[in-house]
Amino acid sequence: MAVLVFAESLTGSIKKIAQEAVAYGYQAAQAMGTECIALTIGQADGAGDLGLYGAAKVYNVDASNDFDAQVYASILGQAANKFGADLIVFAHSSSGKSLAGRLAARFDAALVTAATSIPTVADGGLHISKGVFSGKAFATYALKTDKKVVTIAGNTFRPTEVGAAVAIESVSLDAATGRIKVKEVNTVTGAVPLPEAELVVSAGRGMKGPENWGIIEELAGTLGAATACSRPVADVHWRPHHEHVGQTGVAIRPTLYFAIGISGAIQHLAGVNQSKVIVVINKDPEAPFFKAADYGVVGDLFDVVPKLNAALAKFKANN
Amino acid sequence: MKLLVCVSQTPDTTAKIKFTADNSQFDKNGVQFIMNPYDEWYALVRALELKEQVGGTVTLLHVGPKENEAVIRKGLAIGADNAIRIDAEAKSSLFVAKQIAEYAKTEGFDLLFFGKETIDYNGSEVPAMVSEYLDLPFVSYGIEMSVEGTTATVQRDIEGGKEVLTVDTPFVLSCAKGMAEQRIPNMRGIMMAKRKPIKVVPAVEAAVGAELVGYAYPPEKGDVKLIDADNMDELVQLLHNEAKVI
Ligand SMILES: Cc1cc2nc3c(=O)[nH]c(=O)nc-3n(C[C@H](O)[C@H](O)[C@H](O)COP(=O)(O)OP(=O)(O)OC[C@H]3O[C@@H](n4cnc5c(N)ncnc54)[C@H](O)[C@@H]3O)c2cc1C
Repeated sequence: MAVLVFAESLTGSIKKIAQEAVAYGYQAAQAMGTECIALTIGQADGAGDLGLYGAAKVYNVDASNDFDAQVYASILGQAANKFGADLIVFAHSSSGKSLAGRLAARFDAALVTAATSIPTVADGGLHISKGVFSGKAFATYALKTDKKVVTIAGNTFRPTEVGAAVAIESVSLDAATGRIKVKEVNTVTGAVPLPEAELVVSAGRGMKGPENWGIIEELAGTLGAATACSRPVADVHWRPHHEHVGQTGVAIRPTLYFAIGISGAIQHLAGVNQSKVIVVINKDPEAPFFKAADYGVVGDLFDVVPKLNAALAKFKANN
Repeated sequence: MKLLVCVSQTPDTTAKIKFTADNSQFDKNGVQFIMNPYDEWYALVRALELKEQVGGTVTLLHVGPKENEAVIRKGLAIGADNAIRIDAEAKSSLFVAKQIAEYAKTEGFDLLFFGKETIDYNGSEVPAMVSEYLDLPFVSYGIEMSVEGTTATVQRDIEGGKEVLTVDTPFVLSCAKGMAEQRIPNMRGIMMAKRKPIKVVPAVEAAVGAELVGYAYPPEKGDVKLIDADNMDELVQLLHNEAKVI
């Protein structure tokens, strides 16, 4: 018995979401009375630190860092058998999602994606919950198959230190050559990827035009936040499409979400309503977003945002 | 090229979500269903564009009961040549994926198109499962694709960036925003769709995987706390001391 966590890396380094996956795997293993094992593939700088977050062992498979779901799924399938894993954990990331379905099919295993709860032992299996219908409800599933697969919602399970760094052991598994050839990987350097950001400053059509985004970027800069936008703003190319959040964009769960000049349409809320705290700035007191907000400021954003930025800068300077 | 587009249906984006009295089932009463937007706007349209470029056929596939045929007709009206309906309730992603794979394995499709996820469960599960059942490469979250002969160059979304790759057919592709532009069916398309064939295929035995235990509503949000526009220091203090998020 074991919990096997795929700890993914990007351009050769362990990702933050991999630490979250290990933190989840550790808590799941505690509930199940077993241990958590992390598996890395290819170059994975920082993998030894996964021990801090609860990995009893960290294994590495010598294979290409170029992601190919078919090849990676085969490696993980072999590892799951070798280590006798009953639960296989992935981040709910582009790679994690691509692999979780493949593993579930490989073992005809029960799968829950974007889980929001630590498994509980019940019904001779596990119970795991997730958000469904765009955050309008939660569903709980029973996973009773021999092997079970889960991807975990981001920003939900915080890595906390429960152990010590471990030495990485290499494990040799058959890594067939894949049919996908990765030509380029372009990542925005320096910036926190939006799905992983704890703090997000988001703006909508109330901004009037792309030339006005300076105040949003300043506010994000002061906070160390990522920037996001509503869909119409991305559709008319005021902002890059990877910033588009909502039902048809990225779904995020930051601890703090600022919605500035965004009306709060149901499709927008679908992607952000699982944020821990929502602050809305809108000149229309009837804007639907206020109903989903924790804090609200009714006012002209061109007046409010610079004032907020000044107040935050003062706070940052004193803390 | 022989192209397959798998489509599912989801509650309309503005549908009110309710459950049966014991919270054990989704209450479909009064809910309008639509074709999953990712399947319709991106997967189906990109398949049609590819057919327009290289020739071939676009087959639509849906796993669901007869009452779902409106979604299939819409796909035919947008331009698919023919459709397959696998006659079963879509019990779970694993069950659906097995149905699709069993049908597709002897059909020799060059490319299998899916939307990146459904907008009700957002699992992204079925395309990955189908690719495993068929032992095919899986390219997920494609936002741009060009095809030359049997080689496709795909740009895909990854966290905080993009990846460019090449792959030879056959493979499974899941499509995200950018892959194509929505097409609205015209009158001619709607008329023609009525005469296009929908072949009904019986379901095969398949594992269901995770079993639903029940639903729950999220906790109600408390009332919004309004802060005066001239008092941003107070907002900062609340975020720091009360919400503890900065
Ligand atoms: C199938 C479907 C899927 C969709 N998916 C998404 C999605 O994923 N994400 C998404 O965002 N949308 C989505 N939409 C669109 C959504 O319905 C809304 O149209 C959109 O979110 C509105 O964007 P907005 O709030 O920026 O603009 P608007 O609705 O125009 O709101 C602008 C807001 O700015 C305020 N404002 C204007 N000037 C100022 C000022 N000077 N100071 C302060 N406030 C000001 C206004 O009071 C208003 O509330 C989808 C729609 C459909 C049909």
